[in-house]
Amino acid sequence: MNLVLLFTMVIASVAFVGAAMILTRWISPRTFNRQKSETYECGVPTQGQTWIHFKAGYYLFAILFLMFDIEAVFLFPWATIVQELGMKALVGVLFFLFFLILGLAYAWRRKALEWK
Amino acid sequence: MFDFTSMTTAIDSYLNSVLPSSAATLIECAIIAVCVIVAYLVFAIIMIFMERKVCAAFQCRLGPMRVGPWGLLQVFADVFKMLIKEIISIKNSDKILYNLAPFLVLMSSIITFSCLPFDKGLQVLDFNIGAFFIMAASSFGILGILLAGWSSNNKFSMIGAVRSGGQMISYELSMGLSILTLVVLSGTMQISEIVETQTKGWFIFTGHVPAFIAFIIYIIAGNAETNRAPFDLPEAESELTAGFHTEYSGMNFGFFYVAEFMNMFIIAGIASTLFLGGWAPLYVPGLEGFNSVMECIPGFVWFLAKTFFVIWLLMWIRWTFPRLRIDQVLALEWKYLVPIGLINLLIMTICVVMGWTF
Repeated sequence: MNLVLLFTMVIASVAFVGAAMILTRWISPRTFNRQKSETYECGVPTQGQTWIHFKAGYYLFAILFLMFDIEAVFLFPWATIVQELGMKALVGVLFFLFFLILGLAYAWRRKALEWK
Repeated sequence: MFDFTSMTTAIDSYLNSVLPSSAATLIECAIIAVCVIVAYLVFAIIMIFMERKVCAAFQCRLGPMRVGPWGLLQVFADVFKMLIKEIISIKNSDKILYNLAPFLVLMSSIITFSCLPFDKGLQVLDFNIGAFFIMAASSFGILGILLAGWSSNNKFSMIGAVRSGGQMISYELSMGLSILTLVVLSGTMQISEIVETQTKGWFIFTGHVPAFIAFIIYIIAGNAETNRAPFDLPEAESELTAGFHTEYSGMNFGFFYVAEFMNMFIIAGIASTLFLGGWAPLYVPGLEGFNSVMECIPGFVWFLAKTFFVIWLLMWIRWTFPRLRIDQVLALEWKYLVPIGLINLLIMTICVVMGWTF
């Protein structure tokens, strides 16, 4: 039932956006001139393409994010059974977090967290 | 407490008695879809109006006053204005991605919105991995923002989108860690069960110090997730025109605007669900009379009161602090919030294992 509802919500959101787009295309005015379809940017004509090489700093943070995001995926099932496992859960996660924090400390030490 | 499941089962059994079961399911799905979309729009309108009035109050102004009494109809006028604006297609843009972006942003926002528990039984999506699902569905919206900036062939949009990507994936971590801390305390990920547990004391009280730290981390990370000041670099007006949605006109822009406001509502709604008890009334052990008086207030009033309290906190932060730089934003996340969040998770585990919770 939940999956049916999820599917319903996806369809509903797509239909909502689509209906609003169709409505606005239907009631809004349509004019054409050459200047209008230019990129706005900041008023002056755009130079060249936008799809160029970009700053690598963001890429570094994305890689770090991957490491920690997968950690969250591992920790969520663990979190639900902490109360049943008791002490065992604490000892187990201490090892896990130790290696994780080691990774963060390494990145920090190698200046991966500095914005250059 | 009034249980809304009795109402929904009544509708369900009535429809099943007059129609074949497949048609009944179809009609139920349609009813639910319409209800969620209408609720979404109503809350969006309330939020936009509230933002304007709160902002005006913080700056010693009156805010919109002309359209309708106290400017109540201003938002409706704005929505109508947006509807009659022409949608411009940009030269040299990536047409498919350009038009796909608002769909993705709205889809993530609406799916997350339907996970919120407004009252007992008044919740659309209730997975047994609810808290995790909410994180997954809300992180989906980053894609839309990245596509919007990437596809519109505008350097400022591009910078805004990349900044937004870097910021939102970073802050998702500490958001996940603070939700994880609460899951350790509750022992379940299902949203309805989490709220059910809190009828015997809200988590911010039963989890005391670690839960409070997690709440503060969550508020900071949630503020960054919604791209609002002091974390509004992706759409910094003074540097990037309007950031990733510069090239969008009319209702296309309106979708981003609505989704941004509703993401704030969702962040506040999740905060009130996980930390402040959702629809659970205030419970003080030992004061039976007080508890029974509190139970007379309906659940959705509790939920909305807590949610709007958190929204007001977020607006207060928005109109008080100046904008951060991108290096400061990332340093705050990686050097402060993530280590604090990890240690806080350990403290919460120790508290739960030792039984030091209330």
